[in-house]
Amino acid sequence: MEIDDLFFHYPDQSGLFEQFSLRVEAGHRFGLFGPNGAGKTTLMNLMTGLLTPSSGSIRLFGKDMQKHHLRINRMFGFVPQDLAFYQELSPVENLAFFGAWSGMTGPAIRRRTRELLDILGLAAVRHKKVQQFSGGMKRRVNLAIGVIHNPRLLFLDEPTVGVDVQTRHAIINYLKQLNESGTTLIYTSHQLNEAEELCDTIAMLDEGRIIAHEPLDSLLSKHRQEGLEGLFLELTGKHYRDDSV
Amino acid sequence: MTVYKLWATILKDVRVMRRDWLGLTFMFVMPVLLVLIVTGMQSGTFELVNKNKVPLLLCNRDTGAASRQFIHAVDTIGLFEVHEIPGTQNEEMIRERLYRKEALLAVVLPEDFSAQVGARTRVLAGKALKSFGLEDSISGGSVKTSAAPLILYYHPVLQESFRRSAEGTLYSALQLVESRQLLKTIYFSINEKELPDSLENQFLSNREKISEIPVSRSNSRKAPSVTQHNVPAWTIFAMFFVVVSLGSGIVRDKRNGSFIRLKTLPTSYMVAILSRQITYLVVTMAQTVLIFAIGVWVFPLVGLPRLDLPGDWLGVALVSVLCGWCAVSYAICIGVFAETEEQANGFGVVSIVILAAIGGLMVPDFALTGPFRTAMKFSPLHWCLDAYYGLFLEGGKLKDVWSNVLSLVLIIAGLQGIALWGLRRKNLI
Repeated sequence: MEIDDLFFHYPDQSGLFEQFSLRVEAGHRFGLFGPNGAGKTTLMNLMTGLLTPSSGSIRLFGKDMQKHHLRINRMFGFVPQDLAFYQELSPVENLAFFGAWSGMTGPAIRRRTRELLDILGLAAVRHKKVQQFSGGMKRRVNLAIGVIHNPRLLFLDEPTVGVDVQTRHAIINYLKQLNESGTTLIYTSHQLNEAEELCDTIAMLDEGRIIAHEPLDSLLSKHRQEGLEGLFLELTGKHYRDDSV
Repeated sequence: MTVYKLWATILKDVRVMRRDWLGLTFMFVMPVLLVLIVTGMQSGTFELVNKNKVPLLLCNRDTGAASRQFIHAVDTIGLFEVHEIPGTQNEEMIRERLYRKEALLAVVLPEDFSAQVGARTRVLAGKALKSFGLEDSISGGSVKTSAAPLILYYHPVLQESFRRSAEGTLYSALQLVESRQLLKTIYFSINEKELPDSLENQFLSNREKISEIPVSRSNSRKAPSVTQHNVPAWTIFAMFFVVVSLGSGIVRDKRNGSFIRLKTLPTSYMVAILSRQITYLVVTMAQTVLIFAIGVWVFPLVGLPRLDLPGDWLGVALVSVLCGWCAVSYAICIGVFAETEEQANGFGVVSIVILAAIGGLMVPDFALTGPFRTAMKFSPLHWCLDAYYGLFLEGGKLKDVWSNVLSLVLIIAGLQGIALWGLRRKNLI
């Protein structure tokens, strides 16, 4: 994924991203971090095509996002922070619908649904309404929908928010498996210990600018920090960042 | 592939709708209850006026013959069930009886009722004799009469239309009494003997019958029942009530996370809109079949007139599809522009009640005047109703309601255009 010379601002606001550039290599587990208001979610929305940049280009798999969005949309998956499915439906019904919208057909959807529900421990509740599920189970359904079509690139916006340790562990393990099978991960979260476990490369974002972008190990040793939390505070400071809201 | 996506979306919409009990109740149970209750009530009112008699208190303070003839005439006309109360009762007592709802109407014949009638008819007879070139030996010059020969009290709950009808009946009875007196007076003046009873009865009972013929394109002479009026009207109302489920469903889509995900998938949101159109069009057709079936088979079981379906099935089917599509298009517009489910439901329901009122579903369109008559043309429900009435009441065929069909097509195109513009403006497609 390549972002070149990106400009973006919300209406009636000054520019959030100006001449912004970023590159994520295929096969990486890339983490995007920053304090509140740094522009992480906006950047995620720009990368997934939910927002349109004022100028500049975003290229996925070598193709311009604006020009080839329907073709590109088939190749990536998105796990938003909000629970993005129909609570009135069962996991099987949700996957059947989102699978079709992802460009799959009946037999492939059914095969992949069985596989995913087994991996994510949802096989026993496959036909129950999701609204009856616990928070952790809902998060796993949210993830299953994002990967139903075996995407080459997966965007994850705080995929484990509000879940217990067991569910977090299961999700992180599955994401690692997915990456080993060739899926690039672009991940954002405030769970820095989780990020340390998952990511091999990170970028720190602050006020719409990249302030660090390196493999996690080299960044930690460069700044003589043992963990991501210490590094985060050193780079972004200790003051609140949501005062301007 | 797009067909498969559409099919999967329709399946999803049907599943979501099947589990939405509130929406299903609004779409199916409420309209069925509404059509049963409204038709039942209107049929009851019709029977009250045409078959049953309305209680009327009659306080006769007069002792003359004219008052007895008046009471007899009121009885003969048959609209009222006359309850005579003592002539000694004063206004306060009569008011009290009306408050207790012994009856909703009361008539007081004043003490000089017969004298007034006699005086008035003598004056008229004198004038008539003069016009015949005969000598007026009976009028005795001008006669003073009190302003009103009878007084009518009514309970305020009585609607004006019904009160006017009661007044008309009382005037007819009064006219009958005065005509009788006039005839007798003139006959006596000319022949110097009393009018024979046989001739009097012959004159007074010689009431020509009015032949009532409903105009019908199918040449049917059958008068349309309240069912023929109500079932199509409330079917349209039911169709437009899909706004509760469809409008709020679109808002839910926009506001919950699933819409964010849908926008990142390689499918246009137009597929979701198209799926909803198909699903809810089928719902409106199911509503139509259900309400028509109730009109045909259930109404006679509960003592209501049976619904007579028009002979032109193709016409009924096409008009029903267009009415349903119009309702669905309206609901989609509401869903696209509303920001919250409360807005969609609140505005949707209230606007439909207003459009139904100005569209002639609640008040007959011929009764609308001035700005309401102009506003009526802006109600999609009016054009739906007009098309149905062309088939159900006028006995027309599809060719007879073409102008309505065309109007509905234009309204649907307009609503779809507005929805499409809204989807683009809000960056939803």
